[in-house]
Amino acid sequence: MNAHTSPVVELIAASKRYGQVEALRGVSLAIQPGEIVAMLGPNGAGKTTSISLMLGLRQPTGGHVRLFGLPPTDRRARSRAGVMLQESGTTGVLTVREIVALFGAYYPSPLPTDQAVAMAGLADKADARIGTLSGGQRQRLYFALAICGNPEILFLDEPTVGMDIEARRAFVASIQALAAAGKTVVFTTHYLREAEELARRIVVVDHGLVIADATPRELMSKVAAKRVSFEVARPLAADIFLGLAHAALDLSDHRVRFLTNEPETVLRALFERGVEMRDLEVAGADLEEAFLGLTRRPERA
Amino acid sequence: MAPLFRMLVAQTLGELRVRWRTPAFSLTNLALPVLFFTFFGLPVAGNTMRNGVSVGAYLLASFAAYAVGSVMVYGFGIGVATERGMKVDLLMRATPLPPAIAILAKVLNALAFSLLSVVVLIVYGIIVGGVRQDLTVWIDIVVRLLAGSLPFVALGFAIGYSSGPTVAPALANLIFLPLSFASGLFMPLDRLPGFVQRIAPYLPTYHYAQLAWSAVGVPSEPLFTSLAWLTGYTALFMAVTIRAYRREQTLKFA
Repeated sequence: MNAHTSPVVELIAASKRYGQVEALRGVSLAIQPGEIVAMLGPNGAGKTTSISLMLGLRQPTGGHVRLFGLPPTDRRARSRAGVMLQESGTTGVLTVREIVALFGAYYPSPLPTDQAVAMAGLADKADARIGTLSGGQRQRLYFALAICGNPEILFLDEPTVGMDIEARRAFVASIQALAAAGKTVVFTTHYLREAEELARRIVVVDHGLVIADATPRELMSKVAAKRVSFEVARPLAADIFLGLAHAALDLSDHRVRFLTNEPETVLRALFERGVEMRDLEVAGADLEEAFLGLTRRPERA
Repeated sequence: MAPLFRMLVAQTLGELRVRWRTPAFSLTNLALPVLFFTFFGLPVAGNTMRNGVSVGAYLLASFAAYAVGSVMVYGFGIGVATERGMKVDLLMRATPLPPAIAILAKVLNALAFSLLSVVVLIVYGIIVGGVRQDLTVWIDIVVRLLAGSLPFVALGFAIGYSSGPTVAPALANLIFLPLSFASGLFMPLDRLPGFVQRIAPYLPTYHYAQLAWSAVGVPSEPLFTSLAWLTGYTALFMAVTIRAYRREQTLKFA
């Protein structure tokens, strides 16, 4: 990343408190032009709050937020950003084309309406009223509304929720096209697979803190990505795993289960320590499982 | 940035489309005044009041006031509450559309609908009811009513920001219908019970109707008095609106 380009969006020690709840606890994050960033984390981790701060929908309790170097509520900044929110609606009586044209009018140099509609995969529904769209089609409509202003940065909060397989595929293709066009994209998801597939940078958020900020490859090497299990004649003692890379160890019965990202090393060590095993299985861990292993680590500031 | 005027035009047209395609709004606001005039006005339209004013003209002026007021109260009351319920405001808030432009578009849209509603009513009164007045009188009614509608815009916003989509229609009805009745919009004040006659001079609808009544020659209070009352009520409803609006902004966007 070029250190001399100024970030498109920047959180500077941003914190956000709702009453007694600390949703964000001092997050610093700078996103450079052209980055495709996934904000990954379980529900309630602070992803939506982060996006809301970046958009100026919420004001930080502490710290600062900048969008194109401006306060995010500034119309000059807003005019260069497109948004897809998790919880928002539109009145159902306009047609797809009408509302996309309307939203386009809010921006200085919008995309041609039909192009925005087509990019969202809604060309055949352009004249349908919003109220008649299915959940997945509606999600695509919100995507069309996000891109219709031809923004430099796109904020997408849980964009694939409610999308069917076809809609998701179209969405992935659109994001890749936007990335190729040099747009900056920030999206939230709680699916590691989705983050890995689309993003070039994954920011893992948990309990209001950034607990990892890395490329998908780096992140995958950090998480315990293989699930190992085998049968033993007598239950093992936990100390036999001393010094070995493992997580989520389960020794409760004759079947031993654990997660690791170095299955070969761990198994070799176990053999050397005299463990006799039968029915050995090594499988790619469920990605969700691996991700949970990461977010369940003790909190660190 | 996109030019504000272009935004305003697009937003107003968009609102018009939405309103026009919502029959609960468009049909109700176009048909109800005509319907009321049919029931209350047509049977007596040919009569003349003691002061020489045509009863038809008097009632047409009354229902014109009802028509504009109801577009404002129901349009903003139910419209704003519904949009808040659907979280339309959340998405709009994230766009570069300034909230002032969005509100101005709503007001322009309501004025257009009021105009349409009053014109439909007056044309109906002329053709079906045989009510005769100079064209300048009709124009005077329309201009006075549109210009004086601000308290009802404010009342609509007050309802829209302080109640949800299920409560707003009931609230709008419970507030605006009794106000209209008690102010002599549906039947002349002197036919209403004594206690209602005593309350009427304190109601916003009463002073609003004066604007229309004086246009057709009914002896009315001075224009200044009407405007003073209407201004006072605008301030009151605005205060309620601003309170509810601020509370919601804090809740949603703080």
